[in-house]
Amino acid sequence: MSGGVDSSVAAALLLEQGHQVVGVTMRLWGGESDTGCCSVSDVDDARRVAQQLGIDHLVFNFTDDFHRHVVDPYVADHARGITPNPCIECNRYLKFDRLLERADVLGFDAVATGHHARIENIDGVWRLLRGADDAKDQSYVIHMLDQDALSRTLLPVGTLTKVEVRAHATRLGLRTATKPDSQDVCFITSTKSPDGATGRSSFLRRRIELHAADVVDDAGEHVGRVDAVELVTLGQRRGVAGGGGTKRFVVDVDVPQRRVVVGPESLLLVDRELGSSPTWTHGPVDGRVWVQCSAHGEPRAGSIRTNGVDGNQVDVVWDEPQRRVSPGQSLVFYDRDGGWVLGGATTASLTTSASR
Amino acid sequence: MSKSLVYLDHAATTPMRPDAVEAMLPFLTQTYANPSGSHRFAREARRAIDEARDVVAGVIGCLPGEVVFNGGGTEGDNTAIRGGIERRGGVVVCSAAEHHAVLHCVEHEKGHVVGVDSAGVIDLADLERVLRTELDVSNESNVSNVSVVSVMAVNNETGAITDMRAVSRLVRSLAPGALLHTDAVQAACWLDLRTIWPLVDAMALSAHKFGGPKGVGVLAVRAGSDVAPLILGGGQERDRRSGTHNVAGIVALARALESTDRERAAECARVEALRETLVARLMSVGGVHRTIPADRAVPGVAHVCIADVESEALLYLLDEGGVCASAASACASGAMEPSHVLAAMGVDRGLAQGALRLSLGHTTTESDVDEAATVVTSAIERIRSATRGR
Repeated sequence: MSGGVDSSVAAALLLEQGHQVVGVTMRLWGGESDTGCCSVSDVDDARRVAQQLGIDHLVFNFTDDFHRHVVDPYVADHARGITPNPCIECNRYLKFDRLLERADVLGFDAVATGHHARIENIDGVWRLLRGADDAKDQSYVIHMLDQDALSRTLLPVGTLTKVEVRAHATRLGLRTATKPDSQDVCFITSTKSPDGATGRSSFLRRRIELHAADVVDDAGEHVGRVDAVELVTLGQRRGVAGGGGTKRFVVDVDVPQRRVVVGPESLLLVDRELGSSPTWTHGPVDGRVWVQCSAHGEPRAGSIRTNGVDGNQVDVVWDEPQRRVSPGQSLVFYDRDGGWVLGGATTASLTTSASR
Repeated sequence: MSKSLVYLDHAATTPMRPDAVEAMLPFLTQTYANPSGSHRFAREARRAIDEARDVVAGVIGCLPGEVVFNGGGTEGDNTAIRGGIERRGGVVVCSAAEHHAVLHCVEHEKGHVVGVDSAGVIDLADLERVLRTELDVSNESNVSNVSVVSVMAVNNETGAITDMRAVSRLVRSLAPGALLHTDAVQAACWLDLRTIWPLVDAMALSAHKFGGPKGVGVLAVRAGSDVAPLILGGGQERDRRSGTHNVAGIVALARALESTDRERAAECARVEALRETLVARLMSVGGVHRTIPADRAVPGVAHVCIADVESEALLYLLDEGGVCASAASACASGAMEPSHVLAAMGVDRGLAQGALRLSLGHTTTESDVDEAATVVTSAIERIRSATRGR
């Protein structure tokens, strides 16, 4: 129970279905948070909802694991020019590892969350499917669940639309019924500081050195500077030197060399992508799939093939040229027929034309 | 839940003594006047407070005028430290095992935090070193920069008893002008406060730790000590703590303190025997370590560190089994924080994650101890086998 409406309704639905439910909020981040996920006031909301539903509410202190598996890698990755998705790492290491393990030790049969996705057993195999509300589908962020995790996880709100979820919460008089969804990373403030710096830049600046970099165009012409090369993401358009008629995108980011290259979109298009450290819901899969490259991105058609030592790499070949995916992002593979999640991999660090 | 609870969290709070409840009720229902008023009805309430003051002074061994009624132990700690610094300037010193009500004040005032030894009490050598540093830093007239020293009489997590005599001796010799404050919140049930009072300048007590109600306490402040009030207003408690008196609470506090003092010797013996039975049964499981030796702790606290077990998981199973206990303190979110006391003591981090405090009190029976031992030992076994299996 994060303190949001989805997990509130998830708990309510489980009770209606006759389960014995205990609400748990994980304390993960001890610092400031204004993003609506897991802050102290969110814990208060979760506890109050639990009281309204008549279930016990516990708070587990997983701050150590959170720092080790989510925050510290987030910081270290940025220093290397990688843009991780910390919410995915939180799901990977905290929600569906640490919490599942704790639930097991305490004698619980399953863990449930308010994630918008569905789990079904189809022909004896546990499948992770997209939620009923396509616009709110969260299968992407929980793609790492394997058979063991899937068999012990319940996703009660995956069959409802967001409108239905809020209606249910309102009907029950839950305090979180009208609470806005949390949009941002829980340990990064969403409000800007008075000097206009974003939460992310303030957060990182306090932990690593951020370096200014030259911005050049694809012809090698110097076109500007950025304050922090570590904050520049492949494919971004805003915040880089503009001017001229054509739209310019960041087509390369070289953190050690402190160099950003901007150019037309065509320079971002590639035929293939390389993913590493894949996870699979039911064993490795080769062949034609849909690939989603961001939380709400349009799935792309492609083929995948596992290779590398111990199958630790996945080659993705696009049916048509696609924009390069920023390093650190997840590639999530969906079955073309069944629509379920097959697994996912993380895009490797940038291999630029300039060799490292 | 039909099964009655086995309550072993007396260090967190203890049930009100029936005589204290009885004593306070008339002040809620009949003698409800504001004691600061000028009519005879007010004087009745006023008298109740004055009598309470005499009783408390008798138990502490201080003058009635040195008793300041307030809202609790945290307020008392805050008043002594922040009020002491406000009037005197200078530096405050405390031990690393203090309750957050002291620690956070000291951190706020950018004071010195002195280490503790493996038994969890202030390291006298370290204290001496810090006091000498503050002595040398100042001018030739050998005046200390230290204006407040705060050392708890009994630690709330481990039950460790401080040698207040040794602390006092050190502070009086190296920082004679300093206000020596002690958080004695955990001491009232087990130690004779009269033996502590002569050694210190300020002592904080909290009613709900000795069978009184929550929300009321005492800060005893030695006459002539300069401590600024935390709360300004109508000037109650001789300008030391403004705000309408919690008459009923004060009456109950005094009654509870008096009863506690009277029964203390017998209770110490009775509870110590129960505690030893409990600890022996826990240790028979294996991998259960007694955090400090029995003779260093007050009788009411059984603190252990359990190998291969996480406190959070253990407390959950205890709760399921109807046993109320605790481990370290909780933060604002309700999550357990790792114990700063155990960290200061140098307890191995892994072992500290398996900390368990079972605290006994005036209502604890043999059957409570028996039941608790059974529930705890089976919870330990359950967690260990579940973790082994993965």
